[in-house]
Amino acid sequence: MSMHSTQTTVDPGEIAKFEAMAAEWWDPNGKFKPLHMLNPCRLDYITQQIAAEFGRDLKAPQPFAGLRLLDIGCGGGLLCEPMARLGATVVGADAAERNIPVARLHAEQSGLEIDYRHTTAEAMAADGEQFDVVLNMEVVEHVADPLAYLTACRELLKPGGLMVCSTLNRNPKSYMMAIIGAEHVMRWLPKGTHDWSKFITPDELFALITEAGLKPVDRKGFKFNPVLWTWSISDRDLSVNYVTASVKPR
Amino acid sequence: MADVLIVGGGLNGPVLALALARAGLSVTVVDALPLKALRATGFDGRAYALALASQRMLAALDLWDAVSGDAQPINGIRASDGRAGEGPSPFFLAFDAAEIEEGPMGYMLEDRFLRRALLDAMKAEDRISHVAGRTVTAQQIDPQGVTVTLSDGKTLRARLIVGADGRRSGTAERAGITRTGWGYGQTALVAAIDHALPHGGIAHQFFMPPGPLAILPLPGNRSSIVWSESDAQAQAIMALDDAGFLDVLRPRFGSFLGEISLAGQRFTYPLNLTLANSFVAERLALVGDAAHGVHPIAGQGLNLGLRDVGALAECLVEAARRGEDIASPLVLARYQQWRRFDTATLAVATDAFNRLFSNDNPLLRLGRDLGMAAVGAVPGLRRRFIREAAGLTGDVPRLLQGQPL
Repeated sequence: MSMHSTQTTVDPGEIAKFEAMAAEWWDPNGKFKPLHMLNPCRLDYITQQIAAEFGRDLKAPQPFAGLRLLDIGCGGGLLCEPMARLGATVVGADAAERNIPVARLHAEQSGLEIDYRHTTAEAMAADGEQFDVVLNMEVVEHVADPLAYLTACRELLKPGGLMVCSTLNRNPKSYMMAIIGAEHVMRWLPKGTHDWSKFITPDELFALITEAGLKPVDRKGFKFNPVLWTWSISDRDLSVNYVTASVKPR
Repeated sequence: MADVLIVGGGLNGPVLALALARAGLSVTVVDALPLKALRATGFDGRAYALALASQRMLAALDLWDAVSGDAQPINGIRASDGRAGEGPSPFFLAFDAAEIEEGPMGYMLEDRFLRRALLDAMKAEDRISHVAGRTVTAQQIDPQGVTVTLSDGKTLRARLIVGADGRRSGTAERAGITRTGWGYGQTALVAAIDHALPHGGIAHQFFMPPGPLAILPLPGNRSSIVWSESDAQAQAIMALDDAGFLDVLRPRFGSFLGEISLAGQRFTYPLNLTLANSFVAERLALVGDAAHGVHPIAGQGLNLGLRDVGALAECLVEAARRGEDIASPLVLARYQQWRRFDTATLAVATDAFNRLFSNDNPLLRLGRDLGMAAVGAVPGLRRRFIREAAGLTGDVPRLLQGQPL
């Protein structure tokens, strides 16, 4: 599948960095170990928000059947596969071309049907595609124009649709944790994965989401416990990683 | 393809099957024993000491009502140091249910009643397929699941295989999981005893030089005994007829329950500790004795197994509900991290406890008598011991807190 010629907000330097890492996606002890560790926590938040918004029972089999879901920046499919298992019809989009065959191969191995596409949010919005749920996880801090990007996300939602968006806060602690801690000390992520100046505070993100025409309804922190090496959802601590839920007005 | 295939139809296997099926997963249980043997109703002398947490788990799985009428509440525990023929030493350690607010400290339940309740519940559950009278001869792991070959040549598929097949787990062995362990040179003699006087729901543990004798109350004027002796001595005792067996038991048992006689068969279990070096492998998890066969001195074998079952069920059900592959290495690592520390701690503690008490050195005897008196004298420490024995401490899985998944 070829890139659309529509103008895009993706920064080419950012894509190149992730392409180099694509093959590593599904190794739980590889370069994406921190993402694999964070994933249960992200999935808990996403599944709870979708269940609440669309009145689904998570204890029932295939609770997300009938919902059309888009994961932007799908990478190797760490979120797409769980969503497909829960019954959603899933489209995974990634601007890094090399991620797509990796994700497709793994979905096939897992016996899951997922529509992976090498495209961008802006291109899909221009094509008029719409979804019940848009997942926008750890992407907004990598785009060149966050407002244009979030506006495309709004266009991709059906009225009453839900966007879940997570990113990194911008303060001295997040600089220490994400840049010094994760990239330099732990070497969890390659140096240069993040550009701290692009990080967004929760208030700034809420303002951008509102300006893009969505209604923010919830925000929580993802908190790392360095003793137990586990992540948990926090009501109060949004100081480093945090996640938001927004709906498109009907 | 089933979600989970469980090898082993003892107690942990069926309880895990029920916990998973009730939460929506599909399960196959492969059981070496034929159904007819499983359905045998006579009393064979085997019984379990269920810690309070284990009883809560059975209640959370709607199994307790079927067995509660046949269960004997344990209202107190008396531990004492003694020598055969001398009676208990003056330093007693007594624990009473009245000291913790949760009620009885546990229950004694005969194997036949628990087994019947588990078979009935599995039969009534649509999501469980029970394959009895067959063993597993081979298991093959691939990226999507596990293929298991049975003794009759049939094959079964599942996403995850669970070994609940005891301390000589074939499931673990076929996966190349090695074990660490040692024997104690001791054998446990197990039997049910009729006695003339009521036991009042009190469990007794006499620590004697060759090994401990536990007397655990069953309904009516009956008790289950777990009596440890050196291997040679145990063999000699087992070779005696019933009358000879009782003659050796009487001075150890004492006269506090009146005249005693045998109420069922006699069993022997060699005492050893065997710990699997990993509780998980690719698309595989171990529970119960397959993961850790501990010395049964503290009566914690089944209770420890049920904690595995509760923890594994919770990890798998949570993973399924968030859409994860239930057999992914990350999900299995969570189970292993949860259970291995707990298990190793208890195995080492139980081992040390036994080494301390199976000793006739006068200094050690005095030391442990004073230790028991000290534990007995400090109310906070006593409560902690009781709550530990009842399985109410640590990171307790939800099912063992009596909560559904």
